[in-house]
Amino acid sequence: MSLRTNIIIAGVGGQGTVLASKLVARAAMDAGLQVRTSETIGMAQRGGSVVSHLRVSETPIASPLMAPGMADVLIGFEPGEAVRSLGYLRPGGTIVTNAHPVAPVAASPASAIYSGQSMLERLDGCGARLAIVDGDAICAEVGSTKVLNVALLGAAAALGALGFTLEQLENAIRESVRARFVDLNIQALHASARSMSAPA
Amino acid sequence: MGNEAIGLGAIAAGVGVVTGYPGTPSSEILPTIAQRNPGGIHVEWSTNEKVALEVAAGAAYAGARTLVTMKQVGLNVASDPLMSLAYVGVKGGMVIVVADDPGPISSQTEQDTRTFGLFSKLPVFDPASPEEAYAMIGDAFALSERYGTPVLFRPTTRVCHGNAPVEVGESGAPSAPEGFVKDPKWVIFPRLAYQSHLRIEQRLPQIAEEFSDYRFNRLSGSGRLGIATQGISGAYVAEALAALGDAVPEHKLLRVATPHPFPRRMGLEFLEGLDQVLVVEELDPVIERELQRLAGECHIPVNVLGKGSGHVQQAGENSVESVTQALAGFLRVECTPAATCAAAPDIQVAEPPVRPPVLCAGCPHRASFLAVKEAMRKRKAVFGGDIGCYTLGNAKPLDMVDTCLCMGASVTVAQGLHVVEPDKVHFAFIGDSTFFHTGIPGVINAVYNQTPIVLVVLDNSTTAMTGLQPHPGTGETMMGTIASKIDIATVLRGLGVQHIESCDPLQHEASKEAVLRAVEATANGVSALIFEAPCIHVAPSGPRYVINEEACRCNLCVTRLGCPAISRVDGQMRIDDDLCYGCDLCAQMCPFDAIERIAPMEEGR
Repeated sequence: MSLRTNIIIAGVGGQGTVLASKLVARAAMDAGLQVRTSETIGMAQRGGSVVSHLRVSETPIASPLMAPGMADVLIGFEPGEAVRSLGYLRPGGTIVTNAHPVAPVAASPASAIYSGQSMLERLDGCGARLAIVDGDAICAEVGSTKVLNVALLGAAAALGALGFTLEQLENAIRESVRARFVDLNIQALHASARSMSAPA
Repeated sequence: MGNEAIGLGAIAAGVGVVTGYPGTPSSEILPTIAQRNPGGIHVEWSTNEKVALEVAAGAAYAGARTLVTMKQVGLNVASDPLMSLAYVGVKGGMVIVVADDPGPISSQTEQDTRTFGLFSKLPVFDPASPEEAYAMIGDAFALSERYGTPVLFRPTTRVCHGNAPVEVGESGAPSAPEGFVKDPKWVIFPRLAYQSHLRIEQRLPQIAEEFSDYRFNRLSGSGRLGIATQGISGAYVAEALAALGDAVPEHKLLRVATPHPFPRRMGLEFLEGLDQVLVVEELDPVIERELQRLAGECHIPVNVLGKGSGHVQQAGENSVESVTQALAGFLRVECTPAATCAAAPDIQVAEPPVRPPVLCAGCPHRASFLAVKEAMRKRKAVFGGDIGCYTLGNAKPLDMVDTCLCMGASVTVAQGLHVVEPDKVHFAFIGDSTFFHTGIPGVINAVYNQTPIVLVVLDNSTTAMTGLQPHPGTGETMMGTIASKIDIATVLRGLGVQHIESCDPLQHEASKEAVLRAVEATANGVSALIFEAPCIHVAPSGPRYVINEEACRCNLCVTRLGCPAISRVDGQMRIDDDLCYGCDLCAQMCPFDAIERIAPMEEGR
């Protein structure tokens, strides 16, 4: 069976999902693999739900978009958005999600009640391997709120879910991120990877 | 990205002049060329698509290879020059990239530019992937020059915003154009139009014949069942056939990369011996109708199924899932839904919240809408919206966009409403880039016809929705030069607007007063209020704010502002530090002064 990893990235517009998928695509290209991705760009980038499809393979890939049940990995930038994309994940797949919920804009105070905990519970009971990343803690550790995307990739790579090593992602960061942000992102990558191996 | 591939393909093809107007999903093509400009390529964001096409037409008359980029509704704006240019023709190759948006994901319509190709009688290229788009651009230029005609190039969102590795060849330097040679053929006249029409009708079958051998039109397989497809739908068909597996019966597969003029010979070869065909395409049934026409013309007893017969969805974007279901039905193959993690019968299912797009935290448009809303609390008013980020002002709790039609229509729709309902105050909210795009003629119309509307220009110094492109009011060009900014107030003064006032919408009380003055001034005709505050994506953030729980007594910040940074957590209003931009609007609004400014986050923690 040849290597084939299908990844869904789900988040809220503005969280940095586009860069995350660009980094995986870069790592795949550097490794000489086939890759196809599809991003949500446009109106939804203004705080709406955004989903990226990423497909990496040794053999040619036809469609950038997946059908339900095709994804091996689901990376949630926000627990509720991870739940929304569960239909793409195959049973036994891996979920890597940020713990911190992003509240939707409330039309009324009553609709403002949104608990990330219920979303995490649902992720926990869905038949996938679940890894919860404390994105806030990692951002605080490296001193930037803009590294959530890299932190989630670091966790997924540490779990062996991406088919890429941390070193490969590190190289992709060096190639794709503006020079003055490279170190910050690499710190976040490793901080997050370490948090996966630490006892829960 | 597919759009980058298109831009690089154009550079490789020796493009000399590139024009366009931003619009999702086409916006990244032109900046790619500007960034990778090997030197000598003129790149400009034009004020609108009609202007872009006409500038390119002039350059093409003089022999330069030209590329024009826009989204599908942009072609509606450019349709006047397009229809005539089809008759007049070009000397230098002209490729008009028009990106379609099935879904639609970020558009007003699901129109199909291939249908525009049929209407304008222009050849259409329809790439299926970023790789194909890269290679196809060169083919499109070659065909354009061979026949002296503009050519439409129609990627869809999943090609534009899909990423794949593309082998990039050497970039060709633009060849020196021959220059403009005076000739009666450049002047469209009725007699010339008749001759041109005749010439077009005569050459279309020739191009169709050429297309039957075109490398990206592909015919494969055998059997009595046929599948015809195009673009990204072809990729969905491939995935679907793989998923349906060994049970799939023998079939023919036709992929059409040049839907107009339809590759007739290849189409006939495809239809020969078939009993049934399923056509899978986005968005109009273009291939479906062409195949039906061929079958009718040539008396081929074949059933062509698709959108018309209800076998394929008539609206919306295709997906691997929808195509798999359609093909399973057509091929009579069992299709069991794939197991997923979505079904979780043994736990209580909590659904994620709906999350529509919203104005960003700190967006000055929110402040502008709020000032008008509060100033008009006791008046009957209609709030006309336009195309841009500020269309998102329609969401509750702002609820400040009563109409939205197309670029520039806020200004004109307000006039029509006023004619019928003169007792109400009619507002037209328009962004700075949209004002330059098609807003100005509407203002002239209102001034001339003495229709007293309140024009509210939301000037955030950029084209925010499509990715912060410069426009005439920003003073930057895509050639990296600085131009003098075109001042909106000066333009309005020149058009004869009597009352013009500029103010900072983030000064809430002052803004409300300015709104009242503008409304008052409609007694003397059109009045204009220019809300000037930069988009948060081009301006530095301010200090952070916290809600003092002791002083907090109401929830107006949540119920009135709709700011994504403010939410209610465990019964208490809270400001999210990561999202807050420090616009100060909530602090000004709070009746209990419970929102307090603190030091920037880095020091505050």
